[in-house]
Formats: sequence, C-alpha cells, structure tokens
Amino acid sequence: METKPVQFKNLSREESYGYDRKTLDYIRNAAAHGLYEIRGMGAKRKLPNFDDLVFLGASMSRYPLEGYREKCLTKTVLGTRFAKKPVELDIPITIAGMSFGALSANVKEALGLAATEMGTSTTTGDGGMTPEERRSSKILVYQCLPSRYGFNPDDVRKADAIEVVIGQGAKPGGGGMLLGQKVNPRVAKMRTLPEGVDQRSACRHPDWTGPDDLAIKIQELREITDWEKPIYVKVGATRTFNDVKLAVHAGADVVVVDGMQGGTAATQTCFIEHIGIPTLAAVRQAVNALEDLDMKGKVQLIVSGGIRTGADVAKALAMGADAVAIGQGVLVALGCNGETYYQNGAHHDAIADYNALGTTPGFCHHCHTGKCPVGVTTQDATLEQRLTPAVGAKHLKNYLKTLNMELTTIARACGKQNVHHLEPEDLVALTIEAAAMAGVPLAGTNWIPGQGF
Amino acid sequence: MERLTFDLATQPLRELNTFLHNDAKDGKARHVTVLNPDGAHNIAVGLDCPVEVEIVGHAGYYAGGMNKAASVTITGSAGTGVAENMMSGKVHVKGFASNGAGASAHGGLLVIDGDAGLRCGISLKGGNIVVGGSVGSFSAFMAQAGRMVICGDAGDALGDSLYEAVLYVKGNVKSLGADAQYEPMTDEDIAAVASLLDQAGLDHDPKAFRRIASKRSLYHWNADANQEY
Repeated sequence: METKPVQFKNLSREESYGYDRKTLDYIRNAAAHGLYEIRGMGAKRKLPNFDDLVFLGASMSRYPLEGYREKCLTKTVLGTRFAKKPVELDIPITIAGMSFGALSANVKEALGLAATEMGTSTTTGDGGMTPEERRSSKILVYQCLPSRYGFNPDDVRKADAIEVVIGQGAKPGGGGMLLGQKVNPRVAKMRTLPEGVDQRSACRHPDWTGPDDLAIKIQELREITDWEKPIYVKVGATRTFNDVKLAVHAGADVVVVDGMQGGTAATQTCFIEHIGIPTLAAVRQAVNALEDLDMKGKVQLIVSGGIRTGADVAKALAMGADAVAIGQGVLVALGCNGETYYQNGAHHDAIADYNALGTTPGFCHHCHTGKCPVGVTTQDATLEQRLTPAVGAKHLKNYLKTLNMELTTIARACGKQNVHHLEPEDLVALTIEAAAMAGVPLAGTNWIPGQGF
Repeated sequence: MERLTFDLATQPLRELNTFLHNDAKDGKARHVTVLNPDGAHNIAVGLDCPVEVEIVGHAGYYAGGMNKAASVTITGSAGTGVAENMMSGKVHVKGFASNGAGASAHGGLLVIDGDAGLRCGISLKGGNIVVGGSVGSFSAFMAQAGRMVICGDAGDALGDSLYEAVLYVKGNVKSLGADAQYEPMTDEDIAAVASLLDQAGLDHDPKAFRRIASKRSLYHWNADANQEY
C-alpha cells in the first residue's frame, strides 16, 4: 500500500521546547570542542526587570511639578560615612567599572571625557589605571580587584574613590577573564603577564578572606589615603541581603550591587545565564539590609546590571538606590552592535566584520574575541581607530543627558523636587514576579507576594 | 630630626601613618622606631620615601603594605599580608609571617627570617621574597613575576598556576601545584639565589636549591586537554 503524504506540516515540524535549536547547537558545540562557551555581554534570557514596574504619577491625591519650569535636583553625594572627601556628582548616573584591556584606550578616554562633561564618575577595571583615563576623567573610581593587575599605591593616591571588588553580576564567584587576542604588549605590561596569554584572574583576593579580614583591608586603604577617599565595596548579586550587611559591617562607605543582567567582556555562558539574581530582586534586598542596619542614607547604594533607560534609573532610585552604574548601555551608546562605525567624517559599513564573527548587528556578544567591528571592545591597532575619543564622548554625553532628562521628567511627574525623593510608594508592579522581587504591590491591588494580604 | 619614636600605646596609629606619609617624606625623620605595636594592623602602610621604620614587637595585618622605597623592619612576627603589593624598598620580618606574605608585590625585597604561612608570594608581580624557614600550602599561587627563595620546606601545591615567577627551594616540597615543574639550576640561577641570600643576610649554599618554574601549559585554552586547574 502506498504511503500517504504527511498532511500535518506544522505539527511534524514542531520544535521541542526543551531541545530547541539553540540547545541542539549548544550540545553539538560541546561535543565538538570539549570546552564551554565564553562570550561577552550579560544575560540574554528574559528576566523580571525594571520594565515590570510602573510609576504612579501625580494626579488628585498628589500634585506634579511643571516639567520644564520647576527645579528638580539630581546632585548625588557618595561616601559620607567616613571619607574626608566624599564624591560629589551632578547626576546619579555613573559609568561602571570596565577595564582597559576589555576596552580600548580610546574608549576609556571617551568615557572620561563624557563623564567629566556631565559631572559624573568613571571607574577603572581589572588591569589598572591608564594615564589617559586619569587625565580625561575628573572623578575616577579605582578598583581593587582580586588579580591586583597594575594595582599600585601611586594610583590609589591619584584616585577619587576606591572600589574593592568582591564580584560582578555577570559572574558572582568568578574572576576576570581576558583572552589572548586582547593581551597586546601594552595590556600585558600593565598586568605583568606574558603577551597573548588567555588571562584568567583569581576569584579571591590574595591578602584577605572573609568580612572580618575585609574590615582590616578597608582600614589599610584608609590609612594609605589618610582617610580622605570613599571606599566602595562591589558585590555581584546573590545573597544580597547578607552581603550588603557584611559590606557595611566591614566599613564600606558605599555598596555597589551588580545584578545578573550586568555585562562582562568575557565569561563562561553558564556563568552569565545561571549564576546570580536579577537586579530587581537585588535592589530590594540591598535596601532592606541598609534599613535593617539603620544605614540608609549613611551608606550609599549604587545599583548596576541592566540599567538602560532614564525610567530604569528612576525606578532604581525609587526603590532606594542612591545612584546607578551603567556598562552595556554606555557601550551601545558608543556604537556597540551598530551597523556602521564613524571614521574620518563618514559612516562605514561594519556588517561584513560582524559576519566574519558569525553574527550580525543586534546579536553580537563577541567582546571576548577582541574583534569588535565598531572598535569598542578591542585592542587591535586597526579596529580601535574606529572609535575616536571625541566622537564616542559626544554620543555618550547625549545618552547620559537623555537618561537624566527622563529621570527628572519622571520625578517631576511624581511631584518630586529632587530625584532622590522618589520612593517605593511611587511604584507598582505589572507582574506577580516583579511585585514579589521588588516588594511593591501588584498594580491595582495592595498585594505584595510574600508579605501577606 | 634624624630619629623619632612613636609609642602606639599612647599615640594613635593614624598619627604615625600620617607622619610617615607627610613629615617623613619631607625629610623630618630618617629613622622612626615604633614601640608597643602589640599586633596592631596596618602599621607603616603606603610609605613613599626612603625612611627606615623599625617596629619593635609583633605587627598585625598588612605591616609595610604597598611599601615604596622605605625600609621596614619588624623585630617580632607579622600578621596576614605583610608587605602586600610592595612596589620597592625592603620589608624584613625577624620572626614569623602569617598568610599571604608579600601578596602581589610588584617589587622590593621581603625577608622573613622564620616561617611563612599559607599563600606566601601569591600573585607575586615582580617582587623578591626570601624565607629563612618554611612556607605553607599554595605559596606562589599564580605568581606572575619575581623570585622566591625558600630555605626550608614548602607545603602543598607550591607554584600552582605559575606564570613567569621563579621559585627556589632548599628543603622538601610536599607537592607542586598545577603547571609547576622542577627545572635544572643554571649558573644564572645560582648567582640569583646567592645574591638574594646575601641581601637577606642568610647563610645557605645556593647550589643546594632547586628551581621551580611554569610548564606554561595553562597559558592558553586547549579544548583537547583535560582541564586540571
């Protein structure tokens, strides 16, 4: 008997949810190489985030401020607890720590120029402070990382604040990583490494273990700087409630909490997608910890990890952050994942270079290769010319300006003369997950899951 | 004033460090004696001039931390992270040293007459360390540059994930860490050990030391290799 043709075309081509094409690719890649995938950027999976919250603008029960006429302050002071010279910022939006090595010297300079114009800070990264960065950035936060690459007391003294990095949101519990193609002679020299090694940094600090030791380490940094500079402690978001409390006990002036949407220049994908908690959940836990210790307003909180828009900034502040730090959004403003790059007064097509990496604009996460088609995350002499400091700084300044305008627009709509007056009561959640994580009611109800009815 | 004495029993630590950062740098004292350290942390940290500091007794964590140009002597023992991230100059511990001695030191010379604890010379970045006694486990972990001379024994996993730092050991090594290997001593090595012993004021036969350096097999990802780190 003749076999009938299959009539159920769609059913017979149903993709498995558990074994979709992405998962099949993953297994085949693992089988072919025996090595996990390493990539850049942050978590790609869908996570509860700030988009799941909305503001309750003023109406009858509260009245708003005029959007263009009335004052709305954005000044932000960090490090008021112990430091003789706290950091004073014009806007509560800072540039997150990203290394020279991960980024080109041009990009680091662009960050400094834009931040200086906007009255905010930039942060060094794993690999030390470059003279370009110190020159261009008026307020520079110097990171003290487990690797201590390029770490030295002269730069400690030159810094405006010091950030002891315990972990980052993309990889809590993991050390830095910079693949060989980005370890060019200058990067290698700064890090005291052989050129071209696949650099895998330590995940623990070499000279302290645990919060009791950290207290002494922080005291050492204070003694070295004669108690002038604020000391930040940065943690990747995991057990955030406890970690923030311990950071405060250890003597931090400022705690930086980086959620799992935070980016990286190179990390194992399993780390990026499967370790850490969403920023939304981390902010609530961090603020609870500060309130529990009666330290809200005494120890400042910086939140990072997936802050993209002015609305994101406003929501983080309303939940209790004092400032935010942005990494990936900044890189996108500089051209990351764009179709063209701007060089010698004209736009040039970069698509062929994305294709050579096996990707296309909008999907690129190949920071780890050092072959960034738009010259952002590279140490290649030719590619890095695709982003000049002046052009990058102009874009970044515009981006920060836009975020700040959106932030103040929202604050005014909520009737606040100061963006730091935004409060959790101004927010409701659109999903049950977000309501539970952020600790604000589901819109239209008084219900905060986990806190009774 | 050539010589000055600080008594930590009556004077706060901050006063001492501020003096060393400012007045000592301005040449107001060439030699500072610190009495009654009593295990205080962060004594003489962040020095930035060729002052001589003598700590009479035991020091806590990070004594001589991030030292540059100064010469710090501790007549007793030192806590965790003595001379951590030293850039230049010398730190001399006449007693024993705890964990992480000389961690990430970029330069200078750390001498420990007695034994050192765990992770001595971890992340070493160009400094030299001479230990008269033995060192604990995981010493020279990820050491990138510089030299360590160990006159006694070494614990487990010596030189794990070494980069370009070189280790010389006279006594027994319980085990080498991943990617560390013994290599023959050259005349250059013998001369280097002799010079470091001489600077440390220790009397040993340089020819009795063994050289340990990196196999360099972990420098690059290798999909086919078993990842032993």
